[in-house]
Amino acid sequence: MTTAIAFEKAKADGRSALVGYLPAGFPSLQGAVKAATAMVEAGCDVIEIGLPYSDPMMDGPTIQDAVHRALTGGVRVADVFRTVEAVAATGVPTLVMTYWNPVDHYGVDAFARDLKSAGGAGLITPDLTPEEAGPWLAASDAHDLDRVFLVALSSTTERIAKIVDVCRGFVYAASLMGVTGARRAVDTGAPALVERTREVISRRLEGAAPLPVGLGLGVGSGAQAAEVAGFADGVIVGSAFVRRLLDAPDEAAGIRAIREFTAELAEGVRQGG
Amino acid sequence: MTIDAARGAASDPANLPDPTGHFGRFGGRFAPEALTAALDELTREFEAAKTDPAFTGELNELLANYAGRPSLLTEARRFAQHAGGARILLKREDLNHTGSHKINNVLGQALLTRRMGKRRVIAETGAGQHGVATATAAALLGLECTVYMGEVDTRRQALNVARMRMLGAEVVPVKTGSRTLKDAVNEAFRDWVATVDDTHYCVGSTMGPHPFPMMVRDFQRIIGVEARAQALELTGRLPDAVVACVGGGSNAIGTFHAFVPDEGVRLYGFEAGGDGVQTGRHAATLSGGSPGVIHGMRTFLLQDADGQTMETHSVSAGLDYPGVGPEHSWLFDTGRAAYRAISDSEAMDAFALLCRTEGIIPAIESAHALAGALQLGPELVAELGGEATLLVCLSGRGDKDMHTAAQWFGFMTGEESAQ
Repeated sequence: MTTAIAFEKAKADGRSALVGYLPAGFPSLQGAVKAATAMVEAGCDVIEIGLPYSDPMMDGPTIQDAVHRALTGGVRVADVFRTVEAVAATGVPTLVMTYWNPVDHYGVDAFARDLKSAGGAGLITPDLTPEEAGPWLAASDAHDLDRVFLVALSSTTERIAKIVDVCRGFVYAASLMGVTGARRAVDTGAPALVERTREVISRRLEGAAPLPVGLGLGVGSGAQAAEVAGFADGVIVGSAFVRRLLDAPDEAAGIRAIREFTAELAEGVRQGG
Repeated sequence: MTIDAARGAASDPANLPDPTGHFGRFGGRFAPEALTAALDELTREFEAAKTDPAFTGELNELLANYAGRPSLLTEARRFAQHAGGARILLKREDLNHTGSHKINNVLGQALLTRRMGKRRVIAETGAGQHGVATATAAALLGLECTVYMGEVDTRRQALNVARMRMLGAEVVPVKTGSRTLKDAVNEAFRDWVATVDDTHYCVGSTMGPHPFPMMVRDFQRIIGVEARAQALELTGRLPDAVVACVGGGSNAIGTFHAFVPDEGVRLYGFEAGGDGVQTGRHAATLSGGSPGVIHGMRTFLLQDADGQTMETHSVSAGLDYPGVGPEHSWLFDTGRAAYRAISDSEAMDAFALLCRTEGIIPAIESAHALAGALQLGPELVAELGGEATLLVCLSGRGDKDMHTAAQWFGFMTGEESAQ
């Protein structure tokens, strides 16, 4: 199943898609696979596997902590592909979320090839904008992968158009100005950003593939998921999942907590959709 | 030759970067979309300010009557006896207000901050020189100031932490990653993306996403413009080599830039070799690294097989950084400048030698350039004869390094070092 079809299916169910993030190698290689599998079983429609990176410039303390533990535990890029392979085997579209340098260093085309052969759906690239994305646009075309770029509250309409133009799978709308991490409230500017992005999407040529808009950053509860589902096609949750694993006394308890939390979010996207 | 003529001679390399911030294949902008609007605004404001007489007039006035420019060019005759007899000219950035070249850039960016209507500046700092300069400019212009500094560096540069706090800045020790300069940069970017409406990130070196490498270079190029004219006046000709230490690379690019079109002038950057490049414990990015992306720019960096940033080591907190400004990568790639590594012990030997022969205590960062001059001097004399002349950027003074130096040379008694 492609990412776009997963969003379509959720829409046909009368709800928003639920997108869940976890870094590879956290709490362990197998633990990450089990946790992501639990997220799929309890209602996630799309999974993002984070590639742990030494300098997570856009991440708050929760994801920094998890990624640091994954790297200290010895996770390698090859492990990320193995994780993707195991999670994608559940049948849910599985993307990799990564800072650009590990892809650049691996070789952009080689990375795309190996991601595809692991069954991965594509990449989410938080520190890559269309201006610097030439090699990735070519590689993602050659290997038929989704490419998810971010739009921000500070993006002008011209920039949103430029970004939408190169996105495939969905558009990632960053709901707030800041790093990753659960917040008490959803930024009041978020609905307008989704609206502006949809407006730009609707102006594309007839026959263009559907391009849903997912909203992420700061979503930490079922109630917030319901609120976001009221205006976005997808609800993206990361740090709040990671937090469940960090706070659990052991891996099994963490995975149980992930399962319960996924169910709460899945209920939220139904209420809000 | 006048300063204006020197500036005219540098017009060619001044065309770099291209409008998207690229120096050849290096530079560019690898930053989150949330910062694009702020980076675009900064680019526009800087371009407008550069040609606005009100802005340049105010900046030049501050550089002259607050920072103390032009800085002196001092011939180091006794030190030169240890460099094979070559002539050594020191560009005295250590004499600037706050004690290093960092003030040149900071005054420019602080004025830009005010011009953009922002009320707060944030900065990263390694040795604390840039942090002190930023705190100083913030106090002068009435801006709020937060400085991010690796926890390791707050300990080895405790004096500068006290200076920043005295000047009214908030100093935040960064406890993530290697707890040094690169982690301070990460934390500053995390602050900026959440506060960009009213805050300017005053980047301290010629690094980061466009326009920072270009803008910081343009604020620092006054070093080389002055030094070029001063050297011509003093010696009647251009120096044979221009020498500077390189961490992020702002004093080096500031010194080099006016000389890039002078084909007869060799440019040498000296990186932090730590325990030696072959040991893996160093921060010599160009000597031991490979191209990649870090902190918003494409440049050489120290990375492992997976593209993870490697831990660095240097006795100098200000050079302890795994990346380097993209313009240096370009100068290295094109062969216009050469880069070598200086080990901790070579740098500390040169540090002591300058103290004892010239009565000048250099920053440990600058001591890497001095060690480089000791290495290059005999080579140039052998090739060119006794009139071989080296212009060395003495980027800062060493007061902040007294604790490190006293430990290194064993000056402290047991009782003193326990304090």
